[in-house]
Amino acid sequence: MDKRTSSPLTAFHLNGRIVEAAPLPGERLSHTLRERLGAREVKVGCNAGDCGACTVLVDGVPVCACLMPAQQAAGREVDTLTGLLETPEGQRLMRSFQDHQAAQCGICTPGMVVSAVALLRETPAPTEAQAQDALGGVLCRCTGYRKIVAAVVGAAAPRMGEGKVGDTIRRLDGPAKVEGRERFGDDIADPDTLVIRVIRSPHPHAAFSFGDLAALERRPGIAAILTAADVPGLNAFGVIPAFVDQPVFAESVARHRGEAVAAVVGTPEAMATFDPADFPVTWEPREAVLSVEEALAKGAPLLHETRKSNVMTSGFVARGDAAAALSRADVVAEGRFRSGFVEHAYIEPEAGFARLVGERLEVHACTQAPVMDQEGLAQILGWPKERIRIVPTAVGGGFGSKLDLSVQPFLALAALKTGRPVRITYSRTESMQSTTKRHPSDLTVRIGATKDGRLCGMDFRGDFNTGAYASWGPTVANRVPVHASGPYRIADYRAAARGIHTHNPSSGAFRGFGVPQSAIAQESLFDDLAEALGMDPLDFRALNALRDGEPTVCGQVFEQGVGIAACFDALRPAWEKARADCAAFNAASATVKRGAGIAGGWYGCGNTSLPNPSTIKAGITPDARLVLHQGAMDIGQGANTVIAQIFAEALGLPLAQVSLVGPDTDVTPDAGKTSASRQTFVTGAAAKLAGEALRREILKLCNAPETAAIALDGDGLHVTHEVQRHDIALDRMTPDAEGYVLRAEETYDPPTKPLDANGQGHPYAQFGYAAHLAVVEVDLTLGTVKPLRFTAAHDVGRAINPLLVEGQVEGGIAQGLGMALMEEYLPGRTENLHDYLIPTIGDVPPIDTLIVEVPDAHGPFGAKGLGEHALIPTAPALLNAIRNATGVRIREVPATPSRVKAALEAAGGAT
Amino acid sequence: MSYLAPETLEQALSALADPGPMRLVAGGTDVFPALGDRPLRGGLIDLTRVAEMKGIAARDGGWRIGGAVTWREILKTDLPPCFDGLKAAAREVGSVQIQAAGTLAGNLCNASPAADGIPALLALDAEVELASRDGTRRLPLADFVTGVRQTALRPGEILSALHIPVQPEGARSSFLKLGSRRYLVISIVMVSAVLWCRDGRIAGARIAVGAASPVARRLPALEAALTGLAPEALGAVTTPDHLAPLQPIGDVRGSADYRRAAVAELCDRALRKALHG
Ligand SMILES: Cc1cc2nc3c(=O)[nH]c(=O)nc-3n(C[C@H](O)[C@H](O)[C@H](O)COP(=O)(O)OP(=O)(O)OC[C@H]3O[C@@H](n4cnc5c(N)ncnc54)[C@H](O)[C@@H]3O)c2cc1C
Ligand code: FES
Ligand code: FES
Repeated sequence: MDKRTSSPLTAFHLNGRIVEAAPLPGERLSHTLRERLGAREVKVGCNAGDCGACTVLVDGVPVCACLMPAQQAAGREVDTLTGLLETPEGQRLMRSFQDHQAAQCGICTPGMVVSAVALLRETPAPTEAQAQDALGGVLCRCTGYRKIVAAVVGAAAPRMGEGKVGDTIRRLDGPAKVEGRERFGDDIADPDTLVIRVIRSPHPHAAFSFGDLAALERRPGIAAILTAADVPGLNAFGVIPAFVDQPVFAESVARHRGEAVAAVVGTPEAMATFDPADFPVTWEPREAVLSVEEALAKGAPLLHETRKSNVMTSGFVARGDAAAALSRADVVAEGRFRSGFVEHAYIEPEAGFARLVGERLEVHACTQAPVMDQEGLAQILGWPKERIRIVPTAVGGGFGSKLDLSVQPFLALAALKTGRPVRITYSRTESMQSTTKRHPSDLTVRIGATKDGRLCGMDFRGDFNTGAYASWGPTVANRVPVHASGPYRIADYRAAARGIHTHNPSSGAFRGFGVPQSAIAQESLFDDLAEALGMDPLDFRALNALRDGEPTVCGQVFEQGVGIAACFDALRPAWEKARADCAAFNAASATVKRGAGIAGGWYGCGNTSLPNPSTIKAGITPDARLVLHQGAMDIGQGANTVIAQIFAEALGLPLAQVSLVGPDTDVTPDAGKTSASRQTFVTGAAAKLAGEALRREILKLCNAPETAAIALDGDGLHVTHEVQRHDIALDRMTPDAEGYVLRAEETYDPPTKPLDANGQGHPYAQFGYAAHLAVVEVDLTLGTVKPLRFTAAHDVGRAINPLLVEGQVEGGIAQGLGMALMEEYLPGRTENLHDYLIPTIGDVPPIDTLIVEVPDAHGPFGAKGLGEHALIPTAPALLNAIRNATGVRIREVPATPSRVKAALEAAGGAT
Repeated sequence: MSYLAPETLEQALSALADPGPMRLVAGGTDVFPALGDRPLRGGLIDLTRVAEMKGIAARDGGWRIGGAVTWREILKTDLPPCFDGLKAAAREVGSVQIQAAGTLAGNLCNASPAADGIPALLALDAEVELASRDGTRRLPLADFVTGVRQTALRPGEILSALHIPVQPEGARSSFLKLGSRRYLVISIVMVSAVLWCRDGRIAGARIAVGAASPVARRLPALEAALTGLAPEALGAVTTPDHLAPLQPIGDVRGSADYRRAAVAELCDRALRKALHG
């Protein structure tokens, strides 16, 4: 007899306990574990076997729970991270992941640790190669994998401090991440919550009309259908007030593949069998413009009536006379450089939960910008923003894309229409189709130099494919001309950038806002110039590096803090050795060649010439709890730890005594968005002010001088100065409405000045600086490029927590490597993590991070931003290394084997 | 909708004969990704518990590989050097997670042009055993895979086993895959070679190439050209003529020209690897 297991129950051991569940036929084990058995530590990043986040052990062997029919587990042993925590291997990994900060956002961590447990059981002392083989099926987008490898092979733990500024310490929010307790966007809702499913355009440009929506709405289990007609306020959102142009639901025409036109809300049971192909909509495809050339062509369809020729906006910086300088230059290098869409590919797809609480709406979703979400939703709902509470969940990677609204409007409208709690989780394909991308670029650049090696004129023209809606496109158009010179002294400069609309997903913010693209052009041409001048590429850059007191291309003069020359100095020993090693290797190798390349970069921290304040609040309760309201979204980069370290240091109490309250628009002040590498700098500066203010409050109570020492214990505060000691009994003080007897709230906004028509002004209060060295091996016959190592010098002003600096650098390099060698998002073709390739654990070579500290006067304790700097020099350093290895200049990324081989053949250098 | 987990081949075949759309599933590593965001229609017949489809057994000098055998089982089984190529292919399929669930039979039945198992098994001269309620038949693998995602599997049939015939004495093998990243990567092209020597000369070879034509192909002209060559001095032997059976296309993973150039090089390397390790 057949075993008819459609009769409901499937029984198996879950973490040693017998469990029973009634999965539907074809239900994935991951779903059963998460939704029927409460095992939310099993993460889902792709539902297709591509990310490994869902890895569990079945009879001791790692498998993707998203690919196993739940019934296949019947009678078997299933172990998740939660069950493995108590095993000796689990314990060891918990500790080492914390020690090495191997979890950044933490979404990949359960899959990593489960896979690593299986490895350690077979091989207690694995080599690096064995660790890579075992973990090759789990993607991480944050860490660059090096810390994960270190944690798994059991490398010696870095030395930990107590938490002072400059100390490496474990992440304060680490335990929840490594134990799988962290709650991400999809981990909040109860299993029986109504589910939202968005209906999206399959065409890049199409008119559409709906059929019988009412009939669908009457189907059992369907609670509501949402369309543009359900938007009570403005059916538009955007991140820049003058460019609010993206509809929640398209109204009659969809402008990109994946654009939302409607949504269906229903019970989980109904939605499990709902096929979006059954949604009554007819499409009438229209001519689409997909490339910048097509969009600019005469008679091309306009994406937005008011934006002539599909030009969204442009940015411009001019200083001196670029044309004249270029004509007097002794050598001129020029070229056209192109790059494609790059996908953020965080492992957590957008997800969230919402409910009505009385007259108010509460949204729990992953985000980089809670207060912007609140403002955006207020506009969409036509509500005062106080009626909306944003409680961010943990964020499983953001890198810029989670600055924009995604799931939040659907959650809000569905909660409003049904009156019930609702949830949504984007599928991987939906996330890729509908959220922002890195701008494809088409850059034409000329740079000159005189015989003595000094730069002499630069002309830069860039077109950026900004997709259907503005998102952060205007920011890219503005940032690029300000940064395209790189951190160098160029007196005569002209740079113009345009954002061009096309029928593609919107390009938005992605680590570096267009600067990684422009750096490829500028740093590649610098190698051309150095070669034409017969100079060493490092010498050439060092000679032209910007220094204190010299104007930037915006005419801004920093009298202190310009750290690029120090970065190049730091790289010099590694550079000289790498060049010599490569030459020696190449002398003995004909078909495989090695090369070393170098590139510099800079990045202005904070908004460009616009206010971007952060506010930090802190208080002490009568029972001696020290509470820090830390509103900077920690998306894995470490804000929770860094901001707390700064605050504690400024206050003068041990970090261990600080309790964190995270972002929540009801209780924590606005610390601005997590973007523009601004949190350590701007929120850090606010935290320093708040710590100092709280300290003053305390000292005032006993008239103690600034140098007095403060201590906090169960009896209250104790202030000592020389021989004097004051005890402050906190429980005798009257608490305020929030329950604090002492409090401080401080705001910091970096000083900037507007840019004039020529882009002259003070765009940023500080820049951070970086220089990378890449060593690669190129197989001349196959065109494959294998990075062998990186050395990365970063001027961070002051490393608040040096291990977190390394984590940012390694993660940034991995993303830069992906952009340089393998990543290209092609709508309709690479809409999943199977075809869109990001680096795996076997693709990221060893990385040496050289921390350079040239303090900045504005930064807290001298600190500068870092998040985006980490990837800016990576791609050009790799391209320059390929050139050094082969003599071939690659001007279009990604440099896939096919492209490299074609370039080698074109150069006649192939065998 | 139902989920059936038969324990014998007979049960599986009768389940398949049931009315109503039923789909076979083994590791699910192709079934679920193909489903995407849409719900499954119809039921599933899980082949992983079918007794006759389990295990790898030596038989009449050759081997029978059960239709539910996973890539991981191939790797964990002690097999002679002629299987090194298949093992290398197994190691390159996705990741350890995919290898633990994915089966060889599933790889063949899914019939992707980029299926890593197909060239490795073609080079071993594998045959498939197809069971139905009318009995079983055997087909050479080359006749089984007929096109892009097309096979000779008839309704009501299950691929119950693979048969690897007796291999020439001393046969050694290799498999090389070219991809854009280290793990979890679909091949741009891949090559598998089995060859054997007599009296210091190559006595015979089988070379198969995947992802350079709709269906992976053997390269008979190259195989013939190798016979009689001295293994020590094997340099660049593959010529464009040898690649005539291939029709590479250009796609996101590489251009047609690139594939053609890469295949020639990969063939040479695969041969050297089989000869010299
Ligand atoms: C992340 C990821 C990476 C991958 N990487 C690779 C790779 O590098 N190389 C590669 O070649 N493949 C790769 N694959 C594809 C896949 O893993 C393999 O093809 C695998 O061998 C399929 O086996 P399965 O048991 O999982 O098949 P299933 O998904 O269970 O079935 C596949 C198809 O075959 C049918 N079927 C299965 N068994 C039988 C049978 N015995 N008789 C008749 N029909 C049957 C099913 O009905 C279905 O149509 C990858 C897949 C994923 C998800
Ligand atoms: S969710 Fe299973 S592999 Fe990505
Ligand atoms: S820490 Fe690995 S994906 Fe974020």
